Amino acid sequence: MASRISEDSLLLSIPAYLRHNSKKLQNAPAFREKEFGVWQTWTWSEVETIVTDFALGLLDLGVREGDFIAIIGRNRPTLYWSMMSAQMIGAIPVPLYQDAVAEEMGYVLGHCGAGFVIADDQEQVDKVLEIQDNLPALERMIYIDPRGMRKYDHSKLHEFKKIQKTGSEASQDAKMELERRFGALSLDTVCVMLYTSGTTGRPKGVVLSNRNIIVSSLNSCKFDNLTDKEEILSYLPIAWVGDFIFSFGQAAVVGLRVNCPESRETVSADLREIGPSYYFAPPRIFETMLTAVVLRVEDTGVFKQKLYRYFMEHAAKVGAPLLDGKSVGLWDNMKYRLGEFLIYAPLKNALGLSRVRVGYTAGEAIGPEIFDFFRSLGINLKQLYGQTEASVFITVQPDGEVRSDTVGVPAPDTEVRIGDNGEVYYRSPGSFVEYYKNPEGTAETKDSEGWVATGDAGFIEKDTGHLRIIDRAKDVGKLSTGEMFAPKYVENKLKFFPNILEAVLFGAERDHCVAFINIDMNAVGNWAERNNIAYSSYQELSGHAKVLGMVQEHVESVNKSVSEDEMLKGCQIQRFIVLHKELDADDGEMTRTRKVRRKLIGEKFHDLVTALYDGSDSIYTETEVTYEDGRKGKITATLEIRDAAVVAKSQPMAAE
Amino acid sequence: MKDQVEGYVTDDGRHIGGIIMEMKNITLRFGGVIAIHNVSFDIREGEIRAIIGPNGAGKSSMLNVINGFYHPQEGEVWFRGNKRPSMKPYEIAEQGIARTFQNIALFKGMTTVENVMTGRQLMLKKNFLWQLLRVGPALEEEVEHRRRCEEIIDFLEIQAIRNTPVGSLPYGLQKRVELARALAMEPKLLLLDEPMAGMNVEEKEDMSRFILDVNDQYGTTIALIEHDMSVVMDLADRVVVLDYGKQLADGTPDEVQKDQAVIDAYLGVEH
Repeated sequence: MASRISEDSLLLSIPAYLRHNSKKLQNAPAFREKEFGVWQTWTWSEVETIVTDFALGLLDLGVREGDFIAIIGRNRPTLYWSMMSAQMIGAIPVPLYQDAVAEEMGYVLGHCGAGFVIADDQEQVDKVLEIQDNLPALERMIYIDPRGMRKYDHSKLHEFKKIQKTGSEASQDAKMELERRFGALSLDTVCVMLYTSGTTGRPKGVVLSNRNIIVSSLNSCKFDNLTDKEEILSYLPIAWVGDFIFSFGQAAVVGLRVNCPESRETVSADLREIGPSYYFAPPRIFETMLTAVVLRVEDTGVFKQKLYRYFMEHAAKVGAPLLDGKSVGLWDNMKYRLGEFLIYAPLKNALGLSRVRVGYTAGEAIGPEIFDFFRSLGINLKQLYGQTEASVFITVQPDGEVRSDTVGVPAPDTEVRIGDNGEVYYRSPGSFVEYYKNPEGTAETKDSEGWVATGDAGFIEKDTGHLRIIDRAKDVGKLSTGEMFAPKYVENKLKFFPNILEAVLFGAERDHCVAFINIDMNAVGNWAERNNIAYSSYQELSGHAKVLGMVQEHVESVNKSVSEDEMLKGCQIQRFIVLHKELDADDGEMTRTRKVRRKLIGEKFHDLVTALYDGSDSIYTETEVTYEDGRKGKITATLEIRDAAVVAKSQPMAAE
Repeated sequence: MKDQVEGYVTDDGRHIGGIIMEMKNITLRFGGVIAIHNVSFDIREGEIRAIIGPNGAGKSSMLNVINGFYHPQEGEVWFRGNKRPSMKPYEIAEQGIARTFQNIALFKGMTTVENVMTGRQLMLKKNFLWQLLRVGPALEEEVEHRRRCEEIIDFLEIQAIRNTPVGSLPYGLQKRVELARALAMEPKLLLLDEPMAGMNVEEKEDMSRFILDVNDQYGTTIALIEHDMSVVMDLADRVVVLDYGKQLADGTPDEVQKDQAVIDAYLGVEH
């Protein structure tokens, strides 16, 4: 394992790294944002000036050391700079999910008692204004985009540019105060507070120190040899620890070039233009890409389809070994190169992945075929396992040891062990300080020796040292028959079918398993079009007999594959329902990072669960839905319940 | 001009100026059909003015009179203090009046940005040959115009479809592109012919927000025709109501809503 980083070599804060970069890299590009159709660039020294000016402006507004400053909005350089400015004067940035509804924001803002909010635009400002009566601590709000804000009461509301300008004219005293506060920053100062989305209960505020962020960032950059020549696209929520490490931590400590897309809708076009060399995406993004490729190929002519199939088959055979630097015979090598010229390179270019040197996926399990597809194209896609409490990194796959079914070996400086109950524990310099205002929560998760419980059940493969994750530890339960119940394991298998977007398995303390299924509107809609199936809504499509038939086939093939695992064969799905609505974070059914909240779903749709177990053929149900703007509505449906074939439980074992 | 009066400030703090356009006793006939009969109203600088009425009330004809496509047989059109003679539509456009169309009149094969650029055609100073060569001053000019167009694209949040041929866009977005093209002309007066027709609730809300933002940000005077009463009542400062070519009422949304003639003719008899 890589040797420990000596603390003497570290700078003490992210703003210190900013100053360092400004001296060392000076006029090298630091941030880019596409605006007005053109990539606008800021150099490191320009960024330092802006961040310092804005920090002085914040001082002028009366920000104290230890104040929490909420940051809300999409990925924009200005918001990243705001976080640096806050840190520079000893305040603590708290990035929030921009698509959270006002009520959710209210909880977080109230919990940390944020005195200041820096918001992207009118939409975010409006949300905070809506709940400000419940936020006694809130003093001032700053917005970046002045559009539509002219008529607002500006007694406690300020434009970013104006604050920045005030800062640029700050007095000598203010500058000395800034230097004093900057000098007081240490590795133990709080760097950021990130709220975990929490699959159960309220979000928890994870306090991460400068040491957590800086050491984790440096270690992980060293692991993959990331340098100041790397281009990244910042498009994942700024409130998510992944984006905080990639676009902020790693970007500051080694000087990655951070590129921010023009808008949320332009991400894929911007990705192509930037061609990042270091790329991070949750499995869902890769899934979407693959689905798009498959659909587009189906729309081309016969010749192109044949060409694509021929070379993709070849890539599946030799692509991954070539990527791992293994030799594959002259003929296969030549053929792969021809494929690179005809298919792989243009395809990678169309996806914006031509220059990816290191790619990561994490957050959820990725389907093996999706993973292998990208690797076979020659994209160095790897998996890592991490969480907010660890400053991301727990285990990582080193180059040359990449597999779709493991999440890699312990990250540098990280120790991993498996508890008696099968739960994964780790200890690392990235381990969080505490949950804010929640000592019981902290004590439950982190013991006195610094070991942190991940809440995931897994095991370490004896011969390779790789970690394999089975499921959330608290989700792993038992059927009433005594067999193991690992819902996520089965759900992931279902989700690997492009037609299935989400699945929720039930069965704890019952004698068999049942499931809710969400179809993928894109994939199934396209399939319906090809098969001349008319439909007018998601609900109608999801209830179509042919769709149900297709889902049934998927469920049965999953049953077959589950039955092959002796430990888990009790998890076969006996009955299922295709849901009439998409599970949605706005309705509280999923977290903002799109993990299903199984318990809540089970309670909300208890009538459906009952129907699945009592043997009825169909069920009438009413469901409340929340629209994007917070209004509520109701949808009603009669859902058909299907039985799926299972592989007999008492299959005789073949004699060795 | 005698009708020029002092401006006022609205409840939400917008400054409404003096009269920018006045229609005096307009009558428009097509052969024996009287499309508009003796209609008079004015439009003030900076306001959002709505023209409403049932189908066939003469709303679109009125808009076509305003932008000079139709010439009324009787009556006068006063614009910015002068009586306007009969003009060609492009001359009217040069005076700072832009419009969108009820049934979308974009160049379907061209991309969004190309369509928006056509809105600046009248402002191009260099002649055709310069533009064909696209060097030196002609290029500089084009870059400047492109910059302005990009601001509008940003303003209307259509960056993602910048390079998409408009023919393949959904209806709601095409409407937005049309608005962008009209805005590219930097009009003093913007005419919107049923900007929300055929839109779903969400699209209508977006469009309403854009109309308000345009009015707020650029101070553009807006005259619009609309069917959706709730939209009109939320957006407009003043409303003129037409029915069978006749003027039924003219006033603030509240006044108009209470007017018995309007209720009977348009909103349905309320008892």
